[in-house]
Amino acid sequence: MKSWKLAVACVAISLVMSSASYAAKTDLVLGIVLEPPHLDPTAGAAAAIDEIVYANIFEGLTRIGPKGNVLPALAESWTQSDDGKVYTFKLHKDVKFHDGTAFDADDVKFSLDRARGDKSTNAQKGLFSAIDTVNVVDPLTVKVALKQPSGDFLYNMGWGDAVIVAPESAGTNKDKPVGTGPFKFDSWAKGSQIVITKNADYWGKPALLDKATFRVIPDPAAATAALLAGDVQAFPVFPSYETISQFQADPRFKVVIGTTEGETVLGMNNKKPPFDNPKVRQAITHAIDRKSLIDGAMFGFGTPIGSFFPPHHPAYIDLTAETAYDPELAKKLMAEAGHPDGFKTTLKLPPPTYARRGGEIIAAELREIGIEAEIIPVEWAQWLDQVFKNKDYDMTIVSHTEPNDLNIFSRDDYYFNYDSPAFKDLIKQIDATSDGAERTGLYQQAQKLLAKDVPAAFLFQLPKTGIWDAKIEGLWENGPIQANDLTSVKWLD
Amino acid sequence: MLSYATKRALIAILTLLAASLVVFAMLEIVPGDPARLMLGMNATEDAVHNLQEQMGLNQPLAIRYFSWLGGLLTGDLGKSYTYSVPVFDLIKERVAVSLPLAVISLALSTLIALPVGIFAASKRGKFSDTLAMGVAQVGVAIPNFWFALLLVYLFAVTLRLVPAGGFPGWGAGFGVSLKSLILPSIALALPQAAILARITRSALLEVLGEDYIRTARAKGLSRRQVLYRHALRNALIPVLTILGLQFAFLLAGTIIIENVFYLPGLGRLVFQAITQRDLIVVEGVVMLLIATLVLVNLLVDLSYAIVDPRLRGRS
Repeated sequence: MKSWKLAVACVAISLVMSSASYAAKTDLVLGIVLEPPHLDPTAGAAAAIDEIVYANIFEGLTRIGPKGNVLPALAESWTQSDDGKVYTFKLHKDVKFHDGTAFDADDVKFSLDRARGDKSTNAQKGLFSAIDTVNVVDPLTVKVALKQPSGDFLYNMGWGDAVIVAPESAGTNKDKPVGTGPFKFDSWAKGSQIVITKNADYWGKPALLDKATFRVIPDPAAATAALLAGDVQAFPVFPSYETISQFQADPRFKVVIGTTEGETVLGMNNKKPPFDNPKVRQAITHAIDRKSLIDGAMFGFGTPIGSFFPPHHPAYIDLTAETAYDPELAKKLMAEAGHPDGFKTTLKLPPPTYARRGGEIIAAELREIGIEAEIIPVEWAQWLDQVFKNKDYDMTIVSHTEPNDLNIFSRDDYYFNYDSPAFKDLIKQIDATSDGAERTGLYQQAQKLLAKDVPAAFLFQLPKTGIWDAKIEGLWENGPIQANDLTSVKWLD
Repeated sequence: MLSYATKRALIAILTLLAASLVVFAMLEIVPGDPARLMLGMNATEDAVHNLQEQMGLNQPLAIRYFSWLGGLLTGDLGKSYTYSVPVFDLIKERVAVSLPLAVISLALSTLIALPVGIFAASKRGKFSDTLAMGVAQVGVAIPNFWFALLLVYLFAVTLRLVPAGGFPGWGAGFGVSLKSLILPSIALALPQAAILARITRSALLEVLGEDYIRTARAKGLSRRQVLYRHALRNALIPVLTILGLQFAFLLAGTIIIENVFYLPGLGRLVFQAITQRDLIVVEGVVMLLIATLVLVNLLVDLSYAIVDPRLRGRS
């Protein structure tokens, strides 16, 4: 009996004493908040999928770089016909998928036709709508003919949803992704972590890390503890705004606050009274103090926006002054709209912190101009069903995180119910223009039109709050697309 | 005895059948479409429709219920909508974390609670009793997630003795896996132990007031002998009842602790499945939990008979 107790004590002590093993310098553990539902970027909208596979496992014809620019990927070069309707892509040679099958023009045709076909379950099927035909010229050349010229085509081909997959593995990519990238899939312990390892046969510049582990940590307090304890060495999108200052003061960590493509808006149902009156929407916009909103809901992280356009884009213009905080003007507009005493309405809030905390602040500010907004918290599934699909809502807060999504305001039957022929016309022109300066001009017209019509109140651009070990180099500062591109990440000695 | 067992089994099966109907019906009226959730805000209508078809969501409700029920009977829980792997495998992976965690926590809480409760009862009214029950009262009052965070900051962040969270998987080695369960099981066990210690003490005190205890003392047995031989056995029935309830809670109700330590347990699987409208996973896990509860109740009933021989005669 005595010796048994002694043995247990010894085991317990040795378990506790064997200190945590420190990571070798070629592997990295990253924290992610949401676990992806699966790992096929061509069959799901979840950002968590791209945060693991984009640029690491899967590659497209083109890719989006850290500054949001279009770079060559599997296509080493391309030419455009004079009428702008035919793109000829020259592909890299000696490219292999991770399962050993060769990559060639047939895979490109297969992937694009699959994404735009009748049976497609691609979450961004619209990206491919401009394509008329895809033709294989020879194993290393593909011709893509468009129905009409599209200024966004090369950008669209850089999305995670447009990556090239092989017919042999397309059906099983959800569970066992097979791409052409510098990393290959290793293992997935569901609910816990996903491991990718270096692809030794990569066709391009090899990865600098041997192994990367994505660990799922949904709780903000746990995320803080995991970084502090060294269990994870990088949190590219850190979820706990309230503890960021603690890391800023700690020399072991680098805190990098960048921008994203997430325009956060107070969406309003433009066809439902009283929001069908532009004066009411303008009044609401002027009643919101963006600074107190960002300070209160986001602990100061976030850039105010006055229209639906990311501040880091070259064509961005700052329109926050046009819709600045001015409660007196707001009250006047309410009176002009026939609601001097305000009205009662509802505000449906999805789960993210920016919406739930931001909603409280906005509801309080709207009370100042007589609007009583009842807060209704909803889950994502309910939000998509009630607000997004059935448009059964008055106001809501949501961040539109897709890149290049100015055109959502031109869509028929979109949840804003904004129906502006002038705006639709602008979007049509933008899409048909490839000239840079001309596009910039059109983008700015569109931004101004939205700031005037306020189909939604434009609040702030979501920040990308990255925290990682000070000895790590090569992680993205900004999030032009939702990805954790690890291709040039390394440990400094 | 046989008829008693058969009756119990029949009742259990009927309970499970009724539960399956209620669970299925309730989840079906929850708004939200898993296909739309998967494809997000930019999806075209036809893409959503294609995915619904792939997931088998376009079939009539009754057909889906009976094919699900038929699957249950043959041990096939269906395929997850979001993960697109068999639900059975998902649950199996999670049980490999949740079950050891529940067992360790329960053992830990019993090992702490019983001695403390007995000690307090034997020192009734004295300072040490007040102190022990005062500490237990604090233990009941402290939220376990807060206690868990304190443990993490002390043992993982400051002392770096154990990881702050996560579970490496049993494949990574028994030692490291057990190590990652130390803090969570302490965080889970202490509040449970506090409750259990109080129950043990009050159950013992009640028994100690009975006539037969006085008789035993009068016939010359020592205080100690009376306590362990006569009082404790009789006081164990309420303690066992609470233990059974605690086990069911520890198996599925630990989502908060699973979040704090980011453990891939059953609680988080269910939570994630609900938010993603992966209804077939929710249905599978809930059915498993109901089955476990039925089984645990049966075991508790049987253990009463072991503790109290008088119950063995009845059936």
